[in-house]
Amino acid sequence: MKLALAALVWRRPWLRSLLLLSPPFAWFVAFYLAALVALFVSAFWQVDGFTGEIQENWTFDNFRAVFGDEVYRRIGLRTIGIAAAVTLTDVLLAFPFAYFMAQFAGPKLRAALMTAVMLPLWSSYLARVYAWRLILAHDGALNWLLTEIGLPTLSVGYSNWAMWIVFSYLWLPFMILPVYAGLERIPQSLLEASSDLGAGAWRTLRKVILPLALPGIAAGSISCFSLTLGDYVTPMLVGGPGSDFIGNVVYVNVGVSNNVPFAAAFATLPLVVIAIYLLIARKLGAFEAM
Amino acid sequence: MKAVRKTWSSRLAVPTAVVLAFSQTLAGVAQAAPPTKIGPGEGVLNLVAWEGYAEDQWVKPFEAQTGCKVNRKYAGSSDEMVTLMRQGGGNQYDLVSASGDATLRLIYGKNVAPLNVKLIDGYKDFIPQLKSPPHNTIKGVHYGISYEWGPNTLLWNTKKITEAPKSWAAVYDPQYKGMVTVPDNAIQIADAALYLSKTEPKLGIKDPYELNEKQMDAVVDLLKQQRLLIKKYWALASDEISLFQNGDVVIGAAWPYQTNTLKAAKVAVEETIPAEGATGWADSWMLSAKSQHPNCAYKWMNWVTTPVVQAQQAIFFGETPANTLACKEMDKIAAGACSQYHGDATAAYFNQIKFWKTPLKECGGGKHDCLDYSVWQQKWQAIKG
Amino acid sequence: MAGPQTRRLTATLLGSWVVLVLGFLFIPIIIILTYAFDTSTIQGWPIAGFTTHWFVDTWADEEVREAFLLSTEVALAATLLAVLLGSLAAFAVYRFAFFGKEVFSFLLILPIALPGIITGMALNSYFVFWGIDLSIWTIIIGHATFCIVIVYNNVIARLRRLPSSWVEASQDLGAGAFTTFRRITLPMIATSVGAGALLAFALSFDEVIVSTFTAGAQTTLPLWIFGAIRLGQKLPEVNVVVFGVIAITLVPVILAQKLIGDAGRLHK
Repeated sequence: MKLALAALVWRRPWLRSLLLLSPPFAWFVAFYLAALVALFVSAFWQVDGFTGEIQENWTFDNFRAVFGDEVYRRIGLRTIGIAAAVTLTDVLLAFPFAYFMAQFAGPKLRAALMTAVMLPLWSSYLARVYAWRLILAHDGALNWLLTEIGLPTLSVGYSNWAMWIVFSYLWLPFMILPVYAGLERIPQSLLEASSDLGAGAWRTLRKVILPLALPGIAAGSISCFSLTLGDYVTPMLVGGPGSDFIGNVVYVNVGVSNNVPFAAAFATLPLVVIAIYLLIARKLGAFEAM
Repeated sequence: MKAVRKTWSSRLAVPTAVVLAFSQTLAGVAQAAPPTKIGPGEGVLNLVAWEGYAEDQWVKPFEAQTGCKVNRKYAGSSDEMVTLMRQGGGNQYDLVSASGDATLRLIYGKNVAPLNVKLIDGYKDFIPQLKSPPHNTIKGVHYGISYEWGPNTLLWNTKKITEAPKSWAAVYDPQYKGMVTVPDNAIQIADAALYLSKTEPKLGIKDPYELNEKQMDAVVDLLKQQRLLIKKYWALASDEISLFQNGDVVIGAAWPYQTNTLKAAKVAVEETIPAEGATGWADSWMLSAKSQHPNCAYKWMNWVTTPVVQAQQAIFFGETPANTLACKEMDKIAAGACSQYHGDATAAYFNQIKFWKTPLKECGGGKHDCLDYSVWQQKWQAIKG
Repeated sequence: MAGPQTRRLTATLLGSWVVLVLGFLFIPIIIILTYAFDTSTIQGWPIAGFTTHWFVDTWADEEVREAFLLSTEVALAATLLAVLLGSLAAFAVYRFAFFGKEVFSFLLILPIALPGIITGMALNSYFVFWGIDLSIWTIIIGHATFCIVIVYNNVIARLRRLPSSWVEASQDLGAGAFTTFRRITLPMIATSVGAGALLAFALSFDEVIVSTFTAGAQTTLPLWIFGAIRLGQKLPEVNVVVFGVIAITLVPVILAQKLIGDAGRLHK
């Protein structure tokens, strides 16, 4: 009986795909999509400031407040700008690193480097951000070092510069891994062919390696960009007076003012930005390289 | 004594008109009858507390005595406390150490339950002003047990600033550009309003929590200038502690908790209540209307209002206990602690403190042109930019 | 490339870059490990003094132990769910053409592409709406939602690189679909499932933002760390905890890396 059923299932591909697909799909719809949709519906509602009860009267007020106010526009632009800067920085930091791993390191060194890149993911994100405070503080490690070698001290602690450094630090492994995975797949023979055909190293890099590495870079950039875009803890811990991110405003409205509708309205901004980003990244083949 | 009571009620009080306005616009408050005796503990107690309000020093003995395991969630602002008590249907946490600007929101949001003060042994020894203060007692029904109170202070690095500042003007002074910190909290607007009420009398600010449009504009102007001097708006008490420790700031608005922690770590700091007076807090423990562990909650309220715990808390945080018998215990822990932390406080000391309360549309004297707290929050976001 | 000399120069330049980047990656971790021995509760530069008593204190700290246990349970459960559902989804997307496949694979990566705060906030209001009390289960649901994607990505990447000729050969030799799956496909994707599971576990174990919104009074390890940071009274304990976690995970991470590396070379 059981066998007959199994045979029936395997003989009909659509039944198979249905069986495979339904558990993850059901989970996804029940716990994720439904919650997301409910959240963005609530963006059209309002909250009674005193009792904290949600009032289901439909209004665009939240959106008007978010997109009409210069303060929130500036916060949105700051967030997107820093996220873009962090992504670019990580590409620049990761590419030579991954290239060395893929094309120059032996198997042992490669495994060691891989472990070294993964290890920070196992040491608390919060503790690492907090450690950066100690490095960048006025009397911190960086300024101590600068004084020791006779350079003037910097004042990067608690500023947008600090956020840029810390974010680039935090998400670097998420860039190195996919870029490496992409570069690793380039066969040595292809590079040799390019050089045999008379292409210089620079030209090989531009014409052969970069195009093949692009999906990996795009995949890594999704992580870097979206992780920065949605963060609020790092701005809270290392940011300065003008360092609020979209995430901070959302967090304050949910966790402090209990105004979920307003938070939801503001959250549509990163949603739209990410959606556009994903569509571009898909064109570059990022989904195949993730 | 009578004089003291008068100053208290006039300042701590939310005017009767306002209370009436609440009762009319809102369906009312939670009304289930409070228990008449404390039953056996449920084994668990979930607290929402200020940093420094649930220290092992008095939590461990409580757990050993009652078998109630204490889970602590720290909140850095009254708003956050209100939200935590409302989130997830309001049954996640049993007790909250709410300040006067959160208590009424919790009472009228029906988030907290009426209490039977007869079950709290320390209650009878409270200073009379904190037995039924208007911020936690409505029409004779108690919704909170008063705990401790104190001022927000001016904190500075004594190595970098050798002459002790005497006015809040110091946190608006351009000579400290890039070296100032103040709390990241909309209620901070009241600090600037208090300062302007003394330095710009023609604005006519009577109460720093009751600001009309014109007064608010002036306050916002001052705070926007201050924004240029700020190194960081501190969101967590530990933020400010590390800012002072690492030389990032030299002056700022603080709680005595930070001062005590910094002094314990031998950082050269000092604090004062400047000439203009200070804002401050009067905290109450309040029981969630949907508490899952009410017996442990009562046991906790009973425990933390005993003179010994009141004294430990007062010294640890740097504030003043509600229980008058705590004074002796404070001196036992550290000679002179009682007078240092105003355990024997006078009416004059109370007068300096403008206790936190929720800004409302209804101003004193039947006026309705004040800005409510949601406007304060928007203004604060705009100031920080 | 142009001659061994250029190649050596390139290797040296790139090698120095690697050293610099490693420094960037590890200086904060060295600082964390060092300040586990700090005598002062407030971190300042340089370290105030040397002591090992925080290790004793942390070991005796019941809250730390409970938080560690809870985080482990959550991460295990979320990883298990993720392995099941993530692999299923990967197979479905890889093997079959179905209506809306493109949309489905696009939706699948949303939980890691969208900010965690949106996921957290959405789940929180959703649970409240259904009257579901926040508990360890709500944390697990929150974590599983993004862990599924991690496993899915790993498995589908491997499936795409799998030579389809092997499967065909197996079938040509008369093996049924089940046998082919068990003897060919499963062994080939096992390491990618393993790698995905490991990464999913790590992400769940260290997750702050979604947990903030889906945990009630429960404290996972990162939430405990956040509490300790904001309290500022026992910061060195945080460092000791990180010290411990690194020490515990170092060996499995290295082993897993070796395993995945070997398997990767096998079918290159």
